[in-house]
Amino acid sequence: MSTVTKPLGSRGSMARPQLAKNRSGRIGANDKTSYTSTIILLLGALYCLLPLAWVLMASTKSGGDLFTSNTFVPSRHLFDNIVELTQYRGGLYWRWMLNTALYAGVGAFLSAAVSAFAGFALAKYSFKGKQATFMVLLAGVLVPGVILAIPQYFLLAQVGLTNTYWAVLLPQIISPYGIYLARIYAGASVPNEIIEAGRTDGASDLRIFLRLAVPMMAPGLVTVFLFQFVGIWNNFMLPYIMLGDDRLYPITVGLNGLLNQGSTVPALYSLVITGALLSIIPLVVLFLVLQRFWKVDLGAGAVKS
Amino acid sequence: MTTTVDVDQTAPGRDPAAKPSAPAPRAARRHRLNFTPYAMLAPATILFLIFMAAPIVYTLILSLQKTEVQGLGLGSGARKTVFAGFSNYAAAFSDSDFLASAGRVGLYGLILVPAMLVLALVFALLLDSKRTRLAGFSRVVIFLPYAVPAVISSLLWGFLYLPSVSPFVDLTTALNLPSPDVLSQGSVIFAIANIALWGGVGFNMVVMYTALKAIPTDLYEAARLDGASEIRVALAIKIPIILPSLIMTAIFSLIATLQVFAEPTTLKPLTNSISSTYTPLMKVYRDAFIRNDVNSASATSIIIAVTIFALSFAFLRVVQRRAFQEENS
Repeated sequence: MSTVTKPLGSRGSMARPQLAKNRSGRIGANDKTSYTSTIILLLGALYCLLPLAWVLMASTKSGGDLFTSNTFVPSRHLFDNIVELTQYRGGLYWRWMLNTALYAGVGAFLSAAVSAFAGFALAKYSFKGKQATFMVLLAGVLVPGVILAIPQYFLLAQVGLTNTYWAVLLPQIISPYGIYLARIYAGASVPNEIIEAGRTDGASDLRIFLRLAVPMMAPGLVTVFLFQFVGIWNNFMLPYIMLGDDRLYPITVGLNGLLNQGSTVPALYSLVITGALLSIIPLVVLFLVLQRFWKVDLGAGAVKS
Repeated sequence: MTTTVDVDQTAPGRDPAAKPSAPAPRAARRHRLNFTPYAMLAPATILFLIFMAAPIVYTLILSLQKTEVQGLGLGSGARKTVFAGFSNYAAAFSDSDFLASAGRVGLYGLILVPAMLVLALVFALLLDSKRTRLAGFSRVVIFLPYAVPAVISSLLWGFLYLPSVSPFVDLTTALNLPSPDVLSQGSVIFAIANIALWGGVGFNMVVMYTALKAIPTDLYEAARLDGASEIRVALAIKIPIILPSLIMTAIFSLIATLQVFAEPTTLKPLTNSISSTYTPLMKVYRDAFIRNDVNSASATSIIIAVTIFALSFAFLRVVQRRAFQEENS
């Protein structure tokens, strides 16, 4: 639907020497390269890459080099650092990584599933209480999850679920924003005629939902999944509050604890840095692979496709 | 258009067969279908009640209570929970730690939100300009920090700030310049804002860019042919059209700002400039888990939540109007 052609770098005219700033770019000069805007964006990109480049370099250094050598000159200790990190308390670091993958993967999948059901119901049925449900949901979008963490802790403590996997997993399945998005995807991508046709063929509503609606909503549901995945992966306060046993920690809480110890044992800093690098890699790969799903038009509340 | 699928035009419980036009078997199916949306909403509703509604109600109750210690405070009956009215709220508003943390977060928001939105908007407009080269590369790279959890980005920037490790200190030393300590009392707030900016600017940029791409080209192609500069087209046409997106990103940024917790908590071991009550949420954490004063922690939580709600009210109205517009079209 979008008619704007995207200025990808394909028409690159990079090799040309810098011309005067393109101030004459008025009539007929619409597509002439603007060096100013290209350079501003590249500076933005440089700013965003800087800490990532630094952690890549720093993770190649031994604990001593870290404080003495020039920051952006790589060393050859990456492998040693990884081995050392792996040996730290019997592979605790990799356990944190697995925990994170479990919390984020399972949590986001369940969240997308719950959101798909609820969003479909809100978009395609009319029933008593629909308007009220939707209003409550919208209000729920505004409730900061971080503020819920403490009462959630005390409620879960009463049923003995704190300091378990459930304590981190369960509270993050419900996502009002995910439901809101799923409702919009269902409204925009599932034609009523298809549902009607399915009914005429005698399919049950559940079957219509699973076989017809879910595939049509799939790109949107991937976006819901990604939002929740990143949200859970990023979440620090909830596991920080809920968990006492460091074998249940996700990577964020684990590295935070390691950094805390590092203030007294600076040798741990190189572990923290290597750990930070390794923990970023999966998410960065996930982002690059699934890039095209990140196009949510928050303002219009709909995904243009 | 919607009438074919909107199965329940009548209130539930009323006999659908009473509709004279509906054939009998279809009516029977309709009656069964009335429960389908409720079944589909059941998992979400149950989770919502347990993990959102109940905690909110529980926090409200706790915030109106206090624990009274009787006698020497020994034995099981020595601590009693009593109704406290609004005394916890009154205490919060006269607590200098809380007021200081609220002031800090206010300043932090004033620094961060405008910087983030302006930068994201500039990037999005540049991406949308046909004259920008390497836009695809820049877009991906600027969005990349969104993939990095706040704790990890705080950790990376924390090391970049740390004088013994920082490349900037190496640089200023090499140039014989005084090296500023970004983690000092006065500037640590900028150091934290920079971390949040780094993590958030790309996301906001993508949101705005998506909105920009949805604008039909002919809306501004004519203006450009008439000789309007790109900047004029952006100010007069593009920005007004994507205003709802800008409002949304502003509100989301505000919500995130007021809950800042992970960044200062992660930087805390690296500097003495960050106290355990540096932000309101850090104070809530300290009250609840270090001082075991759940009641005042709850009151502070409610104050933060109400503030966020008040500030987000405009957003709710925008979304609501848009959502129902889309439904009715």
